[in-house]
Amino acid sequence: MTIKLGVPSKGRLMEKTFDWFGSRGVALSRTGSDREYAGAVDGIDGVELVLLSAGEIPRELAAGRIHLGVTGTDLVREKLGQWEQQVQEKAELGFGHADLIIAVPACWVDVDTLEDLDAAAAGFRRTHGFRMRIATKYHRLVREYLQINGVADYQLVDSQGATEGTVKNLTAEGVADITSTGDTLRANHLKILSDALVLKSQATLFKSRKAEMDDAERVVMAALLKTLGLDG
Amino acid sequence: MTEKFKIRARAAALASDFEAAGAVRVETPVLLPAEALLDLYGEDIRGRAYVTSDALRGEQMLRPDFTVPVVQMHMAHGAEPARYTYAGEVFRRQEDDPARANEYMQVGYEVFDRENPAASDAEVFAVMQSALKGVELRAATGDIGILAAAVAGLETTERRKRALARHIWRPRKFKALLDRYSGKVDAPASRVVLLASEDPMAHEFPDIGLRSQAEVAERIAGLRDEASAAPISPLQVELIEALLNVRETLPNALEHIRDLAVDMPAITEATYRLRDRMHALEARGVDVESLEFEASYGRTSMEYYDGFVFGFYVPGRADLPPVATGGRYDALTQVLGQGREIPAVGGVIRPGLLVDLEDAE
Repeated sequence: MTIKLGVPSKGRLMEKTFDWFGSRGVALSRTGSDREYAGAVDGIDGVELVLLSAGEIPRELAAGRIHLGVTGTDLVREKLGQWEQQVQEKAELGFGHADLIIAVPACWVDVDTLEDLDAAAAGFRRTHGFRMRIATKYHRLVREYLQINGVADYQLVDSQGATEGTVKNLTAEGVADITSTGDTLRANHLKILSDALVLKSQATLFKSRKAEMDDAERVVMAALLKTLGLDG
Repeated sequence: MTEKFKIRARAAALASDFEAAGAVRVETPVLLPAEALLDLYGEDIRGRAYVTSDALRGEQMLRPDFTVPVVQMHMAHGAEPARYTYAGEVFRRQEDDPARANEYMQVGYEVFDRENPAASDAEVFAVMQSALKGVELRAATGDIGILAAAVAGLETTERRKRALARHIWRPRKFKALLDRYSGKVDAPASRVVLLASEDPMAHEFPDIGLRSQAEVAERIAGLRDEASAAPISPLQVELIEALLNVRETLPNALEHIRDLAVDMPAITEATYRLRDRMHALEARGVDVESLEFEASYGRTSMEYYDGFVFGFYVPGRADLPPVATGGRYDALTQVLGQGREIPAVGGVIRPGLLVDLEDAE
């Protein structure tokens, strides 16, 4: 039996994850053809590499189908209710930094804070007859955040990609999205609210609290964590 | 967990009691068009209700409560006055507390009557209390209308009053606004800079999105008015805070609020309504001498309760949801009625909780 380690299946996130494990004596690699999602682990026995979409890793951890997984804090908090009871943060990996922020058109010179956003939303609803739309894929996080901060008269509209373009396309008035540099937001004539940092996220190694382990697997888990320099 | 058939039987018995009290039995769909609920309650409802969809009808919500479909039904083809009862499941999304039920029965009693609001309020409360008489519960009451009247009577700009009224249901935000308007908290630095600039509208950003530059300019004009408006006086803030802190038996609360009305004449009418309701409750045999009244009660519930509010709680069990809740929601009928409105008050009981309590006795 093996310990299953879920890792993002492509791109920089995968490469950086491989680097992070590699520098700690656990060599992860993809095997087979470029297009085949198969991987190998060298440096420790009994660990199996599972290549997955980063967005599916929280669900797999919560279901206990993988024992460890690398994904963003943002995805875990968005997708898992009571996330702390389902997964445990073992290590922040120091890359994949991204902030979940709220942005509005730069031409809204009257809006800089959440308080402004709330007031603008009230005015927008009076003028246009419907609630101000904020495009996002982080529904839970953004809704909770706006509720706690007393913003009303808005609605979330789903946007799974190219979210920054929704304002220009008139399908939303503002966006709530992940950004690292803010370049895409600026290029789309949006600005970040100065006091609305919903969440700071980075790539993180999570351990499932739900995945079952037998004695042999527990030994492998302990050895793996020790090799990675993570106690417990 | 009590078996469902037992809860159903209890629900049916409650609905019969309500029919005996004069209500007509009604049924509503379980799947409701999401749009009306979203427009009414805002995004918060999405956090509380299950949303599903199909390609034909679009977004639908699993009934989170009966109020909206019953009001819609009444507005569409109800005669006046009307009394309705219903019994059925409601569905509430639970993402943070697995102990809370996401599906449970509700039995309700709703009164649509223009004649005598105090009597209707008392009727609904008394009918609920009588249905719950077998178990020991603590009743809490409040009145959102008094708060609304106090806000409307503040000696300050209409804009400020509108903002405060909009946030009555968000106590933290309400407090923050009051602090700002009374000068306790300064305006954010970015706003000071904005208003100090010679022409805030002179910028190089392209005009994108539905919210026009005219709307931006209009809000800036409003911010200028706000910056030059006199702060709300400390006395007025004190009065509002004193009102929010009223928490005593109903007769004492009435006395206390009447005293406050001497300095807050705007709430005078509302105190008459409170008095009339107290008498109406008494006439219905409710022991008002021991009935609790809390001016802030109901502020964290859903918006649109805009007058009398009440709840029945299990004493010493803060972990349990209320066994019954209700209140007046005239404003909701205004929103749903598109120009028409009808004063409405109602309440719901959770028979599942009631059966648990009755079994424990």
